[in-house]
Amino acid sequence: MQPPDTTIPIVEARGVSKRYGPTTALHEAHIQVFAGESHALVGRNGAGKSTLVGILTGLRAPDSGQVLFSGVTAPAISDREGWRKHVACVYQHSTIIPDLTVAENLFINRHPTERGFISWSTLRRRAREVLDQWGVNVSEDARAGDLRIEARQLVEIARALSYGARFIILDEPTAQLDGDEIKRLFTRIRELQAAGVTFLFISHHLQEVYEICQAVTVLRDARHIITAPVADLPKDRLIEAMTGEHVHLGVSDAAGRTVPESAAVALEIDRLSGEDFQDVSFSIRRGEVVGLSGPTGGGRIGLAEAVAGLAPYSAGAIRIDKKPLPSGDVTAALELGVGCVPKSRHDQGLVLTQSVADNAIMTVNRHLGPFGFIAPKRRAELTNRTISSLGIVTQGPDQLVSGLSGGNQQKVVMGRALANNPSVLVLMDPTAGVDVKSKEALLTVIERMRQEGKAILVVSSEIEDLRTCDRVLVMQHGSVVAEHKAGWSDNALVASIEGIELA
Amino acid sequence: MNTQPTATAATLNAGAKPAPRRPMIRLHDLALLPALLILIVIGAFISPAFLTQGNVNTILTSSAALALVVLAESLIIITGKFDLSLESTAGFAPAIGALLVLPVANNGFGIELPTFVGILIVIGVGALIGFINGILVVRFTLNAFIVTLAMLIILRGMLVGATSGRTLFDLPDAFYALMIITFLGLPLAVWLAALAFLVAAIVLRYHRLGRALYAIGGNPEAARAAGIRVERITCGVYILAGMLAAVGGLVITGYVGAISANQGNGMIFTVFAAAVIGGISLDGGRGTMFGALTGVLLLGVVQNLLTLAQVPSFWIQAIYGAIILGALMIARMASGKAQT
Repeated sequence: MQPPDTTIPIVEARGVSKRYGPTTALHEAHIQVFAGESHALVGRNGAGKSTLVGILTGLRAPDSGQVLFSGVTAPAISDREGWRKHVACVYQHSTIIPDLTVAENLFINRHPTERGFISWSTLRRRAREVLDQWGVNVSEDARAGDLRIEARQLVEIARALSYGARFIILDEPTAQLDGDEIKRLFTRIRELQAAGVTFLFISHHLQEVYEICQAVTVLRDARHIITAPVADLPKDRLIEAMTGEHVHLGVSDAAGRTVPESAAVALEIDRLSGEDFQDVSFSIRRGEVVGLSGPTGGGRIGLAEAVAGLAPYSAGAIRIDKKPLPSGDVTAALELGVGCVPKSRHDQGLVLTQSVADNAIMTVNRHLGPFGFIAPKRRAELTNRTISSLGIVTQGPDQLVSGLSGGNQQKVVMGRALANNPSVLVLMDPTAGVDVKSKEALLTVIERMRQEGKAILVVSSEIEDLRTCDRVLVMQHGSVVAEHKAGWSDNALVASIEGIELA
Repeated sequence: MNTQPTATAATLNAGAKPAPRRPMIRLHDLALLPALLILIVIGAFISPAFLTQGNVNTILTSSAALALVVLAESLIIITGKFDLSLESTAGFAPAIGALLVLPVANNGFGIELPTFVGILIVIGVGALIGFINGILVVRFTLNAFIVTLAMLIILRGMLVGATSGRTLFDLPDAFYALMIITFLGLPLAVWLAALAFLVAAIVLRYHRLGRALYAIGGNPEAARAAGIRVERITCGVYILAGMLAAVGGLVITGYVGAISANQGNGMIFTVFAAAVIGGISLDGGRGTMFGALTGVLLLGVVQNLLTLAQVPSFWIQAIYGAIILGALMIARMASGKAQT
């Protein structure tokens, strides 16, 4: 499958940079994708992949640099039609409208008409043609929402191709598929590739990169690191390119410290099973920080939510300071002394329409005065202490949290978790989407809480978060599959989290 | 486990600067005052009777029932839900109480329960309706709009059915008590509504249940994660709102002097208008009792003005609606925020 012209890339980005306020999302990055290849784009969270995809699909304008399609400068950002003829992205979240038929999804907003009315027969015929042309074996009359996920992705690809694009970006296409579905999808991708379609493939599963791609580009910290043929880049070098020399935050590393055997066990998880994890047992002592990592969907979030009372568990037991925690009862968890930073601060962490004070004291409202009344003085004391001890930058306790920066919002969530002086802390992605300074501040708080003798569970796949941990448990398919004592090498841990074997 | 809230490791920075005192009423709560003032000025020009003691009393008296139902609706909207059926609760609950008390000769059921039991039943019926709404919305996770719309229609029909469409007269005095008994020149109903608003304002600001309503309306998932019993509290708010609407119904009964088969009919539109004009966000999680109260007073003044200005009765509704729209726009401009 030699493409016609291998000297001019079908897509090229040259020296593109993008900043969002103080954060650099992409700095002087470049990428060349040649016709007929499947090109992998890899990098850890925050490396700049989605920004680059946004620029390549014309959804975001770069601050500097340019994008070329087959050597020609890309259309203006406002010319959506022009971009559609060159490139399309199949996102993790489907852009198919489930209640419409496959045919209508294919021709949405460009329905063929006759005398101003939609001609349904033409629409169905043309949809059939598109599906047949690209060998997508689904009925044009099927309700799109009834299709399997992989079929839905193929419909999206076919739709993109019908606009004339021959360059398709696949954003984590396998994230929601099981083994057989992935195999079928890959077969189809290879067939389409043979028919002249070029793919940019984004995946967290490095194994898949080796399986399906010919070239790979690595981004790290908003910069382009390397582009190479997959065959020339063995796994250990790929991981090295992704992690790089470690940037040291001013946070103490857990390596070299030990938790005294005499420290009491604060959190005990005993043969616990739930929706997406089975038979997990471990315990955390006072003054110990344990990391819980693994691929998305590996069960770490489900387990952590069970400990915080946010999700029910089906079998086993959780004991906080030797007292059993009932299943799925947040109030009971709070009373037993569990503090929690939930997975998403916007979904579960904060009430954006309320003030910093209201959010910070939400977990302890019932203890702030007689008969459930909130004594203004204690409310102010508590809030001010939270603000100062966590270094929250805010106009005051009455500012709405929606007006705070991401880092400061996350600190408010942390404050909420700490307000009831918990003995067990469950922190899910505690530094997700915050700037470096806030990250450092939040990690310092974890260290301080450790010294105070709290048992801390850090649920994350961020290397920097996990560096604070005395040991890191890796969960896959709902079970703990590995344990790394502090002092692990970045490469070994990342390999373990990403689920690949180092040769 | 130490449940004393000690705020983190207050080890760092002991020198926290004192927080500025929270004002009891914030600027955007006052958004409606300009509109209210304009209306009062207009009123003074239109009729010399407008600013007299007697007329002010009239405005307050005629607004008391609306105030109670608006209070009920505001609590529900702040929690992020809806209750359309409050208007028929305001008709149905007093009617059931009355029917159980009245003899057959007066169109009652002839059970002739003691009057005070009848009054208790009025409030109990309100609570029961609220409970049913709450269960359907919370436990069965049905859409609040549709559930309470259906309830509105059911109750309206049951009221017509139970009274055979007739108006109930000659009720025991207790049914009129809220209007008959006066204190400092104003009927009990006005004092009751004022007290209810005061208590609600205090609870919403200074009690954990009040703060929980805002949290649930703003983000129920975050509220749940903070240990707030979202379902229980939401259901409780429906029950409370039903009871308040039932009392509001008694106020109407006292004001009118009878219970007609369409008591409360169409009231819900005015209720929503007052709440929204008063800054209660239909998205939930935002709004204050002071704002809602200014919304009620504004509509009360408008109603009163239209009467004093001798607007032909056939045109009153159209003008009333136009003024509601105008008030919304003024409030929008004054607060700089959308009155959603």
